[in-house]
Amino acid sequence: MENRYFQEEFETMPVEDIKKLQDEKLVKQVKYVYDNVKYYRDLMDKKGVKPEDIKSIDDLHKLPFLKKDDLREAYPYGLLATDLKNCVRIQSTSGTTGKRVVAFYTQNDVDMWEECCARAITAAGGTNEDVCQVCYGYGLFTGGSGLHGGSHKVGSLTLPMSSGNTDRQIQFMMDLESTILCCTPSYAAYIGESLKEKGYKPEDNKLKAGIFGAEPWTEEMRRDIEKSLGIKAYDIYGLTEISGPGVAFECCEQNGMHINEDHFIAEIIDPNTGEVLPEGTKGELVFTSLDKEAFPLLRYRTRDICVLTRGKCSCGRTFIKMAKPMGRSDDMMIIKGVNVFPSQIEAVLLNKGYAPNYQIVLDRVNNSDTFDVYVEMGEEDFSDSPKYITSKEKELQDAMKAMLGINPKLHLVAPKTIARSEGKAVRVIDNRRRYGITI
Amino acid sequence: MAVKQLSIFVENKEGKLVTITDAIAKAGVDIRAMSVADTQDFGIFRLIVTEPEKAKQALESSGCFVSITKVVGVAIPDEPGALTKVVNVLARHNINIEYMYAFIAVAKKQAAVVLRVADNESAEKILKENGISLLDENEIINI
Repeated sequence: MENRYFQEEFETMPVEDIKKLQDEKLVKQVKYVYDNVKYYRDLMDKKGVKPEDIKSIDDLHKLPFLKKDDLREAYPYGLLATDLKNCVRIQSTSGTTGKRVVAFYTQNDVDMWEECCARAITAAGGTNEDVCQVCYGYGLFTGGSGLHGGSHKVGSLTLPMSSGNTDRQIQFMMDLESTILCCTPSYAAYIGESLKEKGYKPEDNKLKAGIFGAEPWTEEMRRDIEKSLGIKAYDIYGLTEISGPGVAFECCEQNGMHINEDHFIAEIIDPNTGEVLPEGTKGELVFTSLDKEAFPLLRYRTRDICVLTRGKCSCGRTFIKMAKPMGRSDDMMIIKGVNVFPSQIEAVLLNKGYAPNYQIVLDRVNNSDTFDVYVEMGEEDFSDSPKYITSKEKELQDAMKAMLGINPKLHLVAPKTIARSEGKAVRVIDNRRRYGITI
Repeated sequence: MAVKQLSIFVENKEGKLVTITDAIAKAGVDIRAMSVADTQDFGIFRLIVTEPEKAKQALESSGCFVSITKVVGVAIPDEPGALTKVVNVLARHNINIEYMYAFIAVAKKQAAVVLRVADNESAEKILKENGISLLDENEIINI
């Protein structure tokens, strides 16, 4: 495939120049944050770091970390760096116990984010001659609007389908001859199966590429999707706190994602000590934004465990590559593309009057996550009627769906039957590991 | 008047039923009647036994989740039309049967019917008034 870039000047910039650009932008961003975000200024003051101490990216390690807890504590406006009148957008991640993480964007922030997505689409072969079908969810979730904006920037004909209604997705895909598909990998696999069920062969559709992210997937799943849809499948990475999808994206080599280093600095740290680790070492991924206006974050800990490597890439891009995340340094699970913490399940149980005796079992069937929650019922919940127990299950399941945004399959079980190891209940059994999925 | 029934929660897993029957056997308790209500995930095993309290204790110490439910016991002759008479009386008085099961003593030409209704007392009263004989705990296990 011909190597095409959306912003060649940056994407192929010599490494020394990237560093120079990062130096300049970092100094400015740190001063901007210090002057405008009291929450982070307090953290810097506490650590005894002044903006003047940051002269280049070599000084980055002096800055304090930001964690997800900081974002919750500062909710909603505590990390906002500009007047609300300068902001044009809010996006949000699913949160625990009612406290979500919200991120703000100025128009420049939205443009930067969409350009990052445009780079991903272009790297996957997208041009203004393509029809780009976006079936990530639209709304507070960044998947839909990110790729939608990126597709506009590329000039592709954008099909804003959002998620779900597979029959309609397939009808539009066939009738309007979509060439690029953007969704979660599990949904891509599902579309592939549905096409087959309807009697279509992989060569019957006009798709050539797919940009799939927001959940963990394996090389095996990539091959399945590529075969069933007759496309090349590319990975994309991002997080709402930093902007959204497009923080990093795959090129034609399909062996890791280039991080958009003109906008973000990536570090790998030891999750226990916070010490910066050398390139090529496995550790927790940390991002620093370089030119965000509304919601700049310095040294934000993603909790994703991965490896960074810089090497010559045949696509011509010089940006450092991150491997697929290999796990988490916290207890977050990604289920059907949605971030879920065990504490959210616990909050629902306590709220509904159950003791927090539960177990989450995750698996993958036909390339799609299954999500089962087992909850011990109280003595008083038991009656001789299955209908009563089933209605209690339904009630709890609905409450979890409201909290998480996805539906678990809920099972009430007898008291003291959930396996405990060393007296402590095992909260999560992730059978997806069998398939090499580690998140 | 009502009769004690054991209601036991059984997960749909291999060996779960063995735990229950074993515990009852070891306690030396005799099972008179049983019925099972099941869903995809679990079942509720309902038993009429000779010594419900003793069986409950034995079951609980084997880790079973069990409660005692009060049900209505009815004696009917083992002949055509006997059951419909009972059901008719309840229907006429708008009493909904949640579930029922029965067992027969062929030699005695008699059957016992176990009924689960929302309100035992009013159901028993109505049945009695309509000439249907009720069974107490002793009678049902000795039928």
